[in-house]
Amino acid sequence: MSEHLIEVRDLVVRFHTAAGPVTAVDGVSWYLDRGETLAILGESGSGKSVSASAVMDLIDIPPGEIARGSVLFEGRDLLKLSREERRRIHGKRIAMIFQDPLAHLNPTYSVGWQISEMMTAHGISRAAAGQRALELLRRVGIPDPEGALGRYPHQFSGGQRQRLMIAMALAMKPDILIADEPTTALDVTVQAEVLALLKELQKETGMGLLLITHDLGVVAEVADRVVVMNAGKVVETGTARDVYHNPAHPYTRRLIGAAPGKGAMHEPVATGEPLLRIENLTKSYGAVEALKGISFDLLPGETVAVVGESGSGKSTLARTLLRLEDASGGRALWKGRDLLAMSTRDMFALRRQIQMVFQDPSQSLNPRMSVFQLISEAWAIHPDILPKARWRERVAELLTQVGLSPDHARRYPHQFSGGQRQRIAIARALALEPDLIVCDEAVSALDVSIQAQVIALLDQLRRDLGIAFLFIAHDLPVVRDFADHVVVMQGGRLVEKGTVRQIFDTPKEPYTRALLAAGLDPDPDVQASRRKTRAAPALALL
Amino acid sequence: MLSTEIVGTPEAIAVPRGTAATRVLRMLYRDKLALCAGIFLLIVITCALFGPYLLNDIATRPNLRARNAPPFSLAHGWLAVLGADALGRPLLARIIVASQNTMAVACGAVACSALVGAVLGLVAGYSRGRGGQIIMRLADIIMSFPSLLLAVIVLYMLAPSVGNLIVVLAITRIPVYLRTTRAEVLEIRERMFVQAATVMGASRMRIVLRHILPIVIPTIVTIATLDFAFVMLAESSLSFLGIGIQPPQITWGLMVSQGRSYLANAWWLAFWPGLAIILTTLSLNLLSNWMRVVLDPVQRWRLEMRKTEA
Repeated sequence: MSEHLIEVRDLVVRFHTAAGPVTAVDGVSWYLDRGETLAILGESGSGKSVSASAVMDLIDIPPGEIARGSVLFEGRDLLKLSREERRRIHGKRIAMIFQDPLAHLNPTYSVGWQISEMMTAHGISRAAAGQRALELLRRVGIPDPEGALGRYPHQFSGGQRQRLMIAMALAMKPDILIADEPTTALDVTVQAEVLALLKELQKETGMGLLLITHDLGVVAEVADRVVVMNAGKVVETGTARDVYHNPAHPYTRRLIGAAPGKGAMHEPVATGEPLLRIENLTKSYGAVEALKGISFDLLPGETVAVVGESGSGKSTLARTLLRLEDASGGRALWKGRDLLAMSTRDMFALRRQIQMVFQDPSQSLNPRMSVFQLISEAWAIHPDILPKARWRERVAELLTQVGLSPDHARRYPHQFSGGQRQRIAIARALALEPDLIVCDEAVSALDVSIQAQVIALLDQLRRDLGIAFLFIAHDLPVVRDFADHVVVMQGGRLVEKGTVRQIFDTPKEPYTRALLAAGLDPDPDVQASRRKTRAAPALALL
Repeated sequence: MLSTEIVGTPEAIAVPRGTAATRVLRMLYRDKLALCAGIFLLIVITCALFGPYLLNDIATRPNLRARNAPPFSLAHGWLAVLGADALGRPLLARIIVASQNTMAVACGAVACSALVGAVLGLVAGYSRGRGGQIIMRLADIIMSFPSLLLAVIVLYMLAPSVGNLIVVLAITRIPVYLRTTRAEVLEIRERMFVQAATVMGASRMRIVLRHILPIVIPTIVTIATLDFAFVMLAESSLSFLGIGIQPPQITWGLMVSQGRSYLANAWWLAFWPGLAIILTTLSLNLLSNWMRVVLDPVQRWRLEMRKTEA
């Protein structure tokens, strides 16, 4: 048998919970060779991170327990080594980067100190470590590396922080780099840069890259081979191309089928008086202008998507329209009346007509209220909608409408999965029978297959009930399948607006084009050809 | 993260049956420590309600033959099983009688300060206006003013009665609740579900009472139980200064401070009332711990489920 760089064999990890032991990964095996990129693909709860955690000794024991299996690294079983021996391998030979770099960088130390610590912990002198830290910062493309050494994590942007994490991970020139959802928290354009950097560093050092992700696009962009996981088991493994083009397992087929951005685009049909007309809306926080004169119309029963990266002002727009923030200027005409100038009393009546679905359903649902209480609260606030006697019946009806079961009404939010929680949030919004639902990144916290289901649900509600949607998203493919009109925002400005077809097929503005180009296609071949076309300018940038 | 996901599947948790009262009792039965605490508190409350009517004479009549009688002897009657004090009055009877005053002062002071502090804290935390600032500065003033001095002044001018004692102790403890509540409210106010309620058109009253308060309550209750012991002892130090409850009225705190001078030769004088204070506070603490779990839907299953395996 040939010697792999690292090999996980038949790993079984259990967690002992009060509800009994739960097998998180069940007989998982994979290997990684030098200079190769292996992606572990799976949705939340699939156990995709668990085997990497076992490699890095990050599993809490107890409640966790490694019941069986081995992790072979240089002929030794890591699971049988002592704590101290493993510590010497961690960081030095096997390094890891995480999804949220802000949470994994210590806010009280300068980044230079933190990168150096990585090396001094493995016995390198402070002077040499400082020298190497500077070198690393320069290599990962941090502007002004000398000055950056003395700065603190909060002074960097999300993409830069991930670069810092990469610099830290690479400090000891590890043989293996484990990246756990390294770009999930980043904007698409930044994601493309970080992935390109990883790829390039791998070429330089010949390290093995283990990438844990839920994103088919990321797999297509960087992975050589892919391991697909579902419910703690490996369902399929092969080269990225083979798995995408000839998926053997039904789960893989379903996952690939759920990837958004392939369906037919909507042709806007709605006509008539606009439901909502936004005129020259501005909002500033002190000297910072978050919205710089936004204007667009929303017709009854149509979906307008507002797309932009973080900091583009798209969420501020939603919050201003719902009067969660006060606008600095401009008008928003709701059926002809300016809702920004309405009194509290008029606004109360209007709340019924405009509802909102938030990004993270685990936070937008009060954890102390049962589903029944959550949904019926709408009628407690607006008693004229429904008499109390009919609440129970209507809650059951709404739950059925969003694809849940009526007896879920007695349960509490934490007893549901992310997708189910978002359905509850949608049911709550529907309880007020609104004309417009504002969705602020309503599906971005969800798994791909769940995302597709929720989008289908929203689409159906639009058709059945004629509800209009203002759909705020950073994810272009999702928008493509669902929206009638698209508004592209950048830095508080409206860059471009048009029908879906105009924006996706014939984008006029360079920013829109850049945004579209940065998005990752789930097809490895498409990504490969895109990589070729942008290879020259990308290298120049780095 | 992983484990919560697994535990959190709807199928894993059966919806419990029965009325709310039987469900609560069943959950209390599951937590044996809380059950003991509950029973002990029930006994204390019974003593406080009926003790003085039954035992007041015995507890206040001196018996010089039984001066500092040691505990665990039935020579001076079963009520002297815990010993007798410097005037030969049986300690058990005195503890039972004293429970009324002690509980009245402690419950009253803790309840008043928690209620006022929480309400002011909610207002100060939720309103962004000047009202909140004024409340906080008032709290600063109370905190910077020595509480003992305040008590001395107030109780010197007013008669030292149970009612006045409650007022004085409550005022000095209000800032504790106020600051904690305000800090929690400031954090909860920014949570997404509060915004979701705003979007639905919920009034400020509704948001504060329905969405913010239920999350603050467990914290307030926990502080309140800890404060219970503090108030009992503060009351005894006021009695020591001669401005609290005065003999022949008795409280546990007063008994502890009276017994202090005999610690070397008759430890039981201070020990038994001290034990009563400790056990009461401990029971309240255990019970509040249990209540925190019961009030939290995410934790409640721990008490609703039978233990299947260790």
